[in-house]
Amino acid sequence: MNFSGLIRDFGPLTVTGLTQGAIIALFALGYTLVYGVLRLINFAHSEVFLMGTYACLTFWGLFGLDQNSAAPGFGGMLLFLVLGLVAAVVASGATALVVELVAYRPLRRRNAPPLAFLITAIGASLAISEATGVITHRNQRGVPPIIEAKSVISFGNTIITNLQLLIIVLALVMMFVLDRFINGSRLGRGIRAVAQNPDSAALMGVNKSRVISLVFLLGGLMAGIAAVFYDLKIGVTKYDAGFLLGIDAFTAAVLGGIGNLRGALLGGLLLGVLQNYAAGLFGSQWLHAAAFVLLVLILLFRPTGLLGESLGRARA
Amino acid sequence: MSETAVAPESAVSQKPGWRANGGTRGWFARQPSWVRAIVVLVMAVLAYLLPYADSVPLIGPQIVTQGIDWPSALFNMSYYVLLALGLNVVVGFAGLLDLGYVGFFAVGAYVTAMLTSPDSFLHTQWAWLAAVPVALAVTMLAGLLLGWPTLRLRGDYLAIVTLGFAEIIRIVATSTPNFARGDQGFTGVPHPPGTLANGKPVFGVTDATPYFWLGLSVIIMVILGVRNLDRSRVGRSWLAIREDEEAAEIMGVRTTKFKLWAFAIGAFIGGLGGVLFSGEQGFVNSQTFVLQFSILVLAGVVMGGSGNIAGAILGGALISYIPDRLRGISDPLFHTDLYEFRFAIFGVMIIVIMVLRPQGLIPSRRRAMELKDREKEVAPQ
Repeated sequence: MNFSGLIRDFGPLTVTGLTQGAIIALFALGYTLVYGVLRLINFAHSEVFLMGTYACLTFWGLFGLDQNSAAPGFGGMLLFLVLGLVAAVVASGATALVVELVAYRPLRRRNAPPLAFLITAIGASLAISEATGVITHRNQRGVPPIIEAKSVISFGNTIITNLQLLIIVLALVMMFVLDRFINGSRLGRGIRAVAQNPDSAALMGVNKSRVISLVFLLGGLMAGIAAVFYDLKIGVTKYDAGFLLGIDAFTAAVLGGIGNLRGALLGGLLLGVLQNYAAGLFGSQWLHAAAFVLLVLILLFRPTGLLGESLGRARA
Repeated sequence: MSETAVAPESAVSQKPGWRANGGTRGWFARQPSWVRAIVVLVMAVLAYLLPYADSVPLIGPQIVTQGIDWPSALFNMSYYVLLALGLNVVVGFAGLLDLGYVGFFAVGAYVTAMLTSPDSFLHTQWAWLAAVPVALAVTMLAGLLLGWPTLRLRGDYLAIVTLGFAEIIRIVATSTPNFARGDQGFTGVPHPPGTLANGKPVFGVTDATPYFWLGLSVIIMVILGVRNLDRSRVGRSWLAIREDEEAAEIMGVRTTKFKLWAFAIGAFIGGLGGVLFSGEQGFVNSQTFVLQFSILVLAGVVMGGSGNIAGAILGGALISYIPDRLRGISDPLFHTDLYEFRFAIFGVMIIVIMVLRPQGLIPSRRRAMELKDREKEVAPQ
């Protein structure tokens, strides 16, 4: 127990936690969206994220960028960032759609029990991550330095870098856009209708299959953005990166109230910060264990999360 | 009505087919008890003779593994089958999806190692046999410990929390250098006792055959126990909980009690696997208990047919046998050992089986009917 360390590093730990929390929150949206509509945990969502982390690296690799190349100038940085985001978003979105088509749709047609969905999801997750592991020889892959870390704001020992600021701000913007989309647009109304009552929505003329595909796609897009941020922040990716962060993201979704978009944001940021405090207190190897202990405690005392479940009812 | 006027469908039903009469299992059930006893005995004897499979002409060499010696592969199969049998109690009988089952295997193996190994902080250095009851008791306790807080959770949530349980055990194992010794692990875990007439120990290091026989004997005892449980009041309660927990509770089934029983018995069997494993390997470290292992066992149970003991055995044997058979064979595309692909292959297999044959290879009749029933209720998309 390192209380003095925690108090001394309170500021930096909070900033790191918020950055990590923003990534986790974007990732958690995929779980929450799918759960809100289908009442199922998309276990393969972690691999949707994994594909994003590799897609942007591969794309940057096409331009000759690797972990040893020099950081590009401001224009180059902006260009590569946008291109990387596009590549990751496309790869993640496509993976999410394929997983839905291969692993879930045949079961849905047969009205399979919920556990069957979870098992095929595990199968899909295992197949994708392990295939990636074999192809990459289970080595980690370095990320080119797209953004040169500079401190933007500092007070005391707390320093916020440009990268951290970018991640937090962009994550918040994406959350806002998604929130507006679900609550304001026609397609979003369809999603909320299916979340409330799938059969009634279908009777009212909502195309259920299309809405479900759309939900997977949206989750995939957010995971793709999270994947690029993850690459930039951590600096390496590996075949099991999706799995480990996926568990955090799922915990965040449950913490905020799974099926609730604003809950995912709150849960993500809270989990990121709490995990970093736990790491400061007990040592960084206990970071993931802290997430699990937190998850069990939430489920014991508040099984529907902080903000409550349901995409349809909470109108969020 | 003349024979020719009969419609083709009823012609089929008039001449009872093999399948309509329940297939192999129907035939088996119709035999007098002495025939059944002989069949079971012959199968058991054949199982004990498996280490000599390579001396069978023609098929023998195809069956035995290349990259790993055959008795060791058989021993691996035996503890995988034990794990599958235990997980089948939790998932197949009681319908509680446990993704952290390997945690119990780890607890069994670690407690044995801590009590017996000279590296342990306990410095007890017991004999293997003396450590077994303690290890099993601790594992059962771990099962209750996991079961108690998760009793209120259903389905998906339960799965994630059990997954977390296994991860916590793994994290504790990797990051406590003084307690569980991480990567270094415990060396010198003693083998099971017993000496041959010529003074050599029965359970040596060179030949895994005696370990396989030990594992097989444990499996047979577990099968008898689990089968009797399944047919008892406990088994019927599990069935009721699996099909509809609320309805079961209303009908007077004490769901809390029987769910805890399922966890404890499942944990006990998993612990048995861990105890055997540490006795054979003589070494336990944190690398053994990766999460994919849990998922692999689950894949085995689902593949074989969850809720059916024969299915669980087949599934457990396959998940161990297929990768071991692939060892030492390299693929033409990437030139890596096919063994490396084992988890990826099983991932694909899980999807294919769930989509094409959700009841598994040797299904439980009742489970298959439940699935059929749901299929009828499907709403138009």
